[in-house]
Amino acid sequence: MEATIPVLILAIPLFMFVFLGLCGMKMTHKLAGILGTLGMGTVLVLSYYTAFTYFFSGAPEFINAAGERLQYMVFDQTWLQFTDKLAIKLGFFLDPISAMMLVVITTISFMVHLYSLGYMRDHHGVYEHGFQRFYAFLSLFSFSMLGLVVAPNIFQMYIFWELVGASSYLLIGFYYIKPSAVSASKKAFIVTRFADLGFLIGILTLSYYTGTFNFTELTSIPVEGLANVYQVNEGTAQGIRSIFENSAAPVFMGGSVLTWALVLIFMGGMGKSAMMPLHIWLPDAMEGPTPVSALIHAATMVVAGVYLVARLFPLYLMEETSLIIITVVGALTAFYAAMVACTQVDIKRVLAFSTISQIAFMMVSLGVARPEIHHGLGYMASMFHLFTHAMFKALLFLGAGALIHAIGSNDYTAMHGLRKHMPITHITFLIGCLAIAGIIPFSGFFSKDEILSSCMGYDWVAYIWMSLVAGMTAFYMFRLYYLIFWWKEHKVPEGHHAPHDQPWTMSLPLIILAAISCVAGFIPFGNLVTWDGHAYDFMEHFDWSVATVSLIVALLGIGLATVMYRKENSLPEKFRKALPALWTWSYHRFYWDELYMFITHKIIFNSVCRPLAWFDRHIIDGTMDSFATITNKASDAIKPLQSGQIQMYVWYYLIGALALGGITVLCLI
Amino acid sequence: MFSNILIYFVVIPLLMLAGVGLCRNVRQIRAVAVVGSTALIALSVVLLLQYLDLRAAGEAAPMLFVDSWTWFAPLHINLAVGVDGISIAMLLLSSIILFTGSFASWTIAQPKEFFLWLILLSTGVFGFFISIDLFTMFMFYEVALIPMYLLIGVWGSGRKNYSAMKLTLMLMGGSAFLMLGLIGIYYHSAPEGQPLTWNILEIASNASIPHGWQQFLFPMTFVGFGVLGAMFPFHTWSPDGHASAPTAVSMLHAGVLMKLGGYGCFRVAIYLMPQAAHELAWIFLILTGISVVYGAFCACVKTDLKYINAYSSVSHCGLVLFAILMLNTTAMTGAIMQMLSHGLMTALFFALIGMIYGRTHTREITEMGGMMQIMPYLSVCYVIAGMASLGLPGLSGFVAEMTIFVGSFKAGMADFLAGAGSLRIVFTIIACCSIVITAVYILRVVGKLLFGPVYNDHHRELTDATWWERLSTAALIVCVAAIGCFPNFFVNLIKTTFSPEIFAVLGM
Repeated sequence: MEATIPVLILAIPLFMFVFLGLCGMKMTHKLAGILGTLGMGTVLVLSYYTAFTYFFSGAPEFINAAGERLQYMVFDQTWLQFTDKLAIKLGFFLDPISAMMLVVITTISFMVHLYSLGYMRDHHGVYEHGFQRFYAFLSLFSFSMLGLVVAPNIFQMYIFWELVGASSYLLIGFYYIKPSAVSASKKAFIVTRFADLGFLIGILTLSYYTGTFNFTELTSIPVEGLANVYQVNEGTAQGIRSIFENSAAPVFMGGSVLTWALVLIFMGGMGKSAMMPLHIWLPDAMEGPTPVSALIHAATMVVAGVYLVARLFPLYLMEETSLIIITVVGALTAFYAAMVACTQVDIKRVLAFSTISQIAFMMVSLGVARPEIHHGLGYMASMFHLFTHAMFKALLFLGAGALIHAIGSNDYTAMHGLRKHMPITHITFLIGCLAIAGIIPFSGFFSKDEILSSCMGYDWVAYIWMSLVAGMTAFYMFRLYYLIFWWKEHKVPEGHHAPHDQPWTMSLPLIILAAISCVAGFIPFGNLVTWDGHAYDFMEHFDWSVATVSLIVALLGIGLATVMYRKENSLPEKFRKALPALWTWSYHRFYWDELYMFITHKIIFNSVCRPLAWFDRHIIDGTMDSFATITNKASDAIKPLQSGQIQMYVWYYLIGALALGGITVLCLI
Repeated sequence: MFSNILIYFVVIPLLMLAGVGLCRNVRQIRAVAVVGSTALIALSVVLLLQYLDLRAAGEAAPMLFVDSWTWFAPLHINLAVGVDGISIAMLLLSSIILFTGSFASWTIAQPKEFFLWLILLSTGVFGFFISIDLFTMFMFYEVALIPMYLLIGVWGSGRKNYSAMKLTLMLMGGSAFLMLGLIGIYYHSAPEGQPLTWNILEIASNASIPHGWQQFLFPMTFVGFGVLGAMFPFHTWSPDGHASAPTAVSMLHAGVLMKLGGYGCFRVAIYLMPQAAHELAWIFLILTGISVVYGAFCACVKTDLKYINAYSSVSHCGLVLFAILMLNTTAMTGAIMQMLSHGLMTALFFALIGMIYGRTHTREITEMGGMMQIMPYLSVCYVIAGMASLGLPGLSGFVAEMTIFVGSFKAGMADFLAGAGSLRIVFTIIACCSIVITAVYILRVVGKLLFGPVYNDHHRELTDATWWERLSTAALIVCVAAIGCFPNFFVNLIKTTFSPEIFAVLGM
């Protein structure tokens, strides 16, 4: 494959960022928006071309005679040489998951670019302040995210990982006049930065032992059932394997070095993917414009953690412990987020917690994936869910954006009964809800079912736990749906227009994403993305009992939501009275934010930083100053000796002479 | 004498001094400053190209363009010059900062006197970086320190007399240690019976400093230079000094002068006394490791912009010395990259703070807010500087820090696995934590100062940057981005320094 197209995929968004950033203010709002959208459109076409070539061309560099999909390095350029062996390279690398991610990112990004043309202006058609900047930042984000997924080595991934963090910071803080947006962006950056510290140390450890950053070399350890899948040099693979199996490799606090490195890297993933306890930034990130939430905080950036684990999956397979940690963290987060989503009143927060919960599904799916359980179904299911979730969650966010745009508030209590006024939004939002709830034949059903099947194969506790969460998902999504679109509508105040559907730039993305959510479940994903590159027939492993149970659970959730929220009634209030503690804790998100505020402000700021600053000024600097003071004092003290009085000098002379004389006499004796 | 390109790094500033002395009005002074500093940049670039050509042609000597002219024969004092990759990097840095600093002091009061002292200071800096004779090196070092007293005392703000006195006295205190160290080195510079020398190359090849003496002289020189490099606990001149200094002085001081410390530690303390460096590194590793996080923590609670930045410099410069002490190529390369990177971005910071202060007449972040709406250009530059400081890829901070961490981690793990103690690895991990703390204080300032609603309505009338301010900041940003985007060029330049001879000397 020629390198031109891959280079353009990265270069166009970068160029658009620099161009719109420097010249955006000189051009009209509309032109900047259209240029940004066209640029993204080109990238979309190029990425589709690349991905389709990879998957369907059947060229020998992409798929070998045995039907295994191969990793293909388009280019790889040294960027920063550390030691003779170790260097950061910047490259572009195609394999099933990176090709899939190219499709996901460019699709959602293009939809968001298009949608924002309509969203980022008010009802009179006046563009928002900073419209050009918005498009510049969107381009920066797209560049960083694309660079992240095509990274052939872990350090390039880290570089773009930081860049997506920064663009997320800039976009969350887009309305920088609002203090809440500023603090949300700060929180997002610092929490993920903290997680990245773990990631960085993990990378350093891993690369110290293996002497490489390259994913292909890192993951080429011949594990049972994964015999040399990625066509690597047998020597390297043996070398890496022996490094970790070497009994001389130190054990630190009960874990092997590899476990520690993998857990630390996973910590980076936890930060980006908002796994508990590093999830606190994501709900606040909803302060950003809604299209940004759809793109960054629902579909693409937040799944980077899942992508990272998937990327290093063969390594994680070597350490059972690390996979168990992933499963447990994922399962707890999924349940927690679903609990919280049941009581939130801000529609974007509900969607944010639902995102956390769904990403946790993907994590669990990776955590329970084993070669021996349905031939690694969990891995494929996780990637499949990543794909379908990106589509329907972006749809839900963009739909929520349309509602917010029409109503001017995030609070569902200001909405109610909108189904007649906004039919397009209503239908597409309903499709999104059905997809996330897992109703056949919408896409979420298929991917969630595969996740549950692989949980079932792993352990029945995991299966029941995740099924319960799936039921809760259906419940809170339909609670939201009924509260927005049903109930009795609010009276439109005099002089206001009734809320109505949006311009085509906003409707079109909704319709396209809804269409994808309807049919994506039928994509033969097993043929495209599997953990070992072999095509995988899902139907062989299809478990009707699991599918039926999950469908029943989803319908139960929807049914409960219908009973409680279909019409205004007293059931929710009764429920709240019956379980006040649970309701309060859930409403306050189990007080995680308060806990963090306590740790950062009370402990770190007031008990570490302030005392240190005081110590610096008063003890260290005080010591330095006291040298000066002592010198001054000493000089003051001996100054009177030089008084200029002859009588005193005579006395000194006499005393001195007598003393000397005495000493001489003593010495002579 | 004038056939050697290096001597012009001192000649041009001296000509500038004469030129400024002859000037009659401020326009002429500006012209002299701009022309002179542009000539210095051009000279550094020419030197860089010639140097790379020579290296490409296979020139393997540790230093190139070496020359020596006798100055005072009985004491073997020469004016000896020579450069390697590190010195060239530092010369480039200094000329860029002098150039941008001239623009940043476009409207300074009493320009003639100000520029005279400023250029004298840069003469010292340039002289220091080209010298390889310990005596002339020390002389230029002092030439660079003394003007600081007047520059802060006369043109400063706040408690300027106190700060100027404090800064000068503390640095002089460092010089006292240093002088002791240098004289000690001189007396052991050659084996018995041979003539003594001040020349670094000769001392290194003689390697005749006895082990016992090294253990005394190494701390002397390291602390002596370390004071200028803001090493804990000798860093307290830095917050007060920077806070009171005028803009261009802060830029030059934090950008270049503090680099004299790191450069000296490498060039004199470690290069000449490698044995002691191996044995005593642990003491200074602890001190510099503390500097890194301590400075960052202190910066988190300060409210004066210059104090925040001064503490941030303590943290970043601590990382420079920390990496040098790791005694491996990667970490040392990283240290030099960090010097470049910190020099540029901290100069950018101080330039911006000076510009903001010049408009609002306050540096308290609690008294400002919403600058992004009032002066968007300066605010965007401030965000970029902040991003460089917290290590965003694509800007210079990231490549420097990553090179340091990779190198230190390697040294630390090697120690740890060899059973040689876990000090280095522990302090490396502690130093890594600074990336989080840096993000905290940078974003705190950015959020408070630039974003949010306008705090003081009088600030709404303020204007954005003028053309000379734009030029000065844009030039610095371009340099920061250039290092961040094409790090390998600089890494390769710096690596030419670590020639086989140096490896042999350092026992690496």
